[in-house]
Amino acid sequence: MDFLIVFAKCLVALLIVLQVGVLLLWVERKGSALIQDRVGANRANLLGGVLPFNLGIVNTLMADPLKLFTKEDIVPEGADRFLHWLAPFLALFPLFLTYAVIPFGDVLEIGDRTINLQAVEAGPGILFVLALVSLGVYGVVLGGWASNSRYALLGGIRGSAQMISYEIAMGLALVAVVLTFGTLDLQQIVREQGKLMWGVVPAWGVFYQPLALLVFFIAGMAESKRAPFDLPEAESELIAGFFTEYSGSKQSVFMMADFVEVAIVAALVTTLFFGGWQVPWLHRDGFHLPGGLSIPLPSLLVTILQVLSFLVKLAIFCWLQILVRWTLPRLRYDQLMNLGWKRLLPIALVNVAITAVLALALQGWTVAS
Amino acid sequence: MTAFWILAILAVLSAIVTILHRSPVYGALALVQTLLLIAAMFVLLDAHLVALLQVIVYAGAIMVLFLFVIMLLGAEDEVRLEGRSALRLGALVSAAALAVELATVVVAKRGDDTALPAAFGTTEALAERLFSRWALPFELTSLLLMVAVVGAVVLARRKA
Repeated sequence: MDFLIVFAKCLVALLIVLQVGVLLLWVERKGSALIQDRVGANRANLLGGVLPFNLGIVNTLMADPLKLFTKEDIVPEGADRFLHWLAPFLALFPLFLTYAVIPFGDVLEIGDRTINLQAVEAGPGILFVLALVSLGVYGVVLGGWASNSRYALLGGIRGSAQMISYEIAMGLALVAVVLTFGTLDLQQIVREQGKLMWGVVPAWGVFYQPLALLVFFIAGMAESKRAPFDLPEAESELIAGFFTEYSGSKQSVFMMADFVEVAIVAALVTTLFFGGWQVPWLHRDGFHLPGGLSIPLPSLLVTILQVLSFLVKLAIFCWLQILVRWTLPRLRYDQLMNLGWKRLLPIALVNVAITAVLALALQGWTVAS
Repeated sequence: MTAFWILAILAVLSAIVTILHRSPVYGALALVQTLLLIAAMFVLLDAHLVALLQVIVYAGAIMVLFLFVIMLLGAEDEVRLEGRSALRLGALVSAAALAVELATVVVAKRGDDTALPAAFGTTEALAERLFSRWALPFELTSLLLMVAVVGAVVLARRKA
């Protein structure tokens, strides 16, 4: 029975990732069209024109994937066949695994069982996420190299250098967050954010660590090689960078990896800085508003509200990333590395130092032993 | 126990591929696989933090740089060298010595069922020891790493 529960939770986490990844493709196309004052893909319809208007969503969610999957799978001459086949898998798999430790709800009370809504209850959850992000580099490096093509190799090298540089800033931002909340467990961090500051404001991470939020968000966008950091796949310069020589299903896997990474960065930002599944002033038995007013709610409704809150915040941060992509111009490679090493890294370090001093001061200058 | 045997056999096979495969890229990737399997074995031994650090640092950063170097500086397939017989004999002797040493340790510790403390291998337990009893070696190690980095930069600049 326990095994079934864990299996169900993993399935839910996987489904969330898959759905968000696919939906983001449509949101990106229509959203970018909106931002660029055009209509976007709208030529597809159902059943030969049964509707009086055209549906972009059919185009993106059905026609486009169908086209990609039925394309011929081309492996360039002289390319390493095994690595060419392996690279998309290595790009996507660690990203899917990341969702295993993200808490999408508090607890679900069925009968007398209390199920913690986190697929895998990992103590060091944040380290697990960092480990998987580091493993994500292999897809890029191998994809670039296994294609036996100059553009791909250049894109691959640039991409992986960028990813390992920004991993450092990301990790340091997370160090500050861990110092603030005193635990590595993601579910615990979200629970800590349910407490109130001065009895009124929920203690979300953004109030404690605004600098870390900025550094983490920028580093996260750079990790996923999205504009303005998308020089590795710079469409106007390297054709498609490290996945130039991929067609059909493998290319769709790389593209999906891009959107899944957007979802991951959004999920981590909501979990660590914006309270995850926390709805302000909502506890397991109902609302406890600061004025003293208390509204009791059934626990199932509370759980549903919390999961919805997580999904809404996820959507907001995915949209924010899409907005940034279609607003800012691309950074040149040396500007990109400059930003990562010379600006984000010192800022993150200073943030850690200040946080550590403040945390020690608030503990009364003693070390808990 | 079955988990251990599966992981162990796979790890040994990956290590054999690392040594014997023609292509250095495949060797590096097989090494990554070995490291990931060893990290899984650490998890079996309740050393969760070490397992994650193994993945983050070794498999995720060091091996990526290995791959960089291999890819940028020529990944031609290895040609089997006609080694001098003295070298081969030396290699065999050292390997045999290592095997004897490892076997001695394994046999000596067999049946050692001392219970681990409750919070073994968690971040808190490791950090508590690392920053109190072993703080000085920790700082010296980070100094050593800094020296290595500075040395690498100096060597690189001198060539250019």
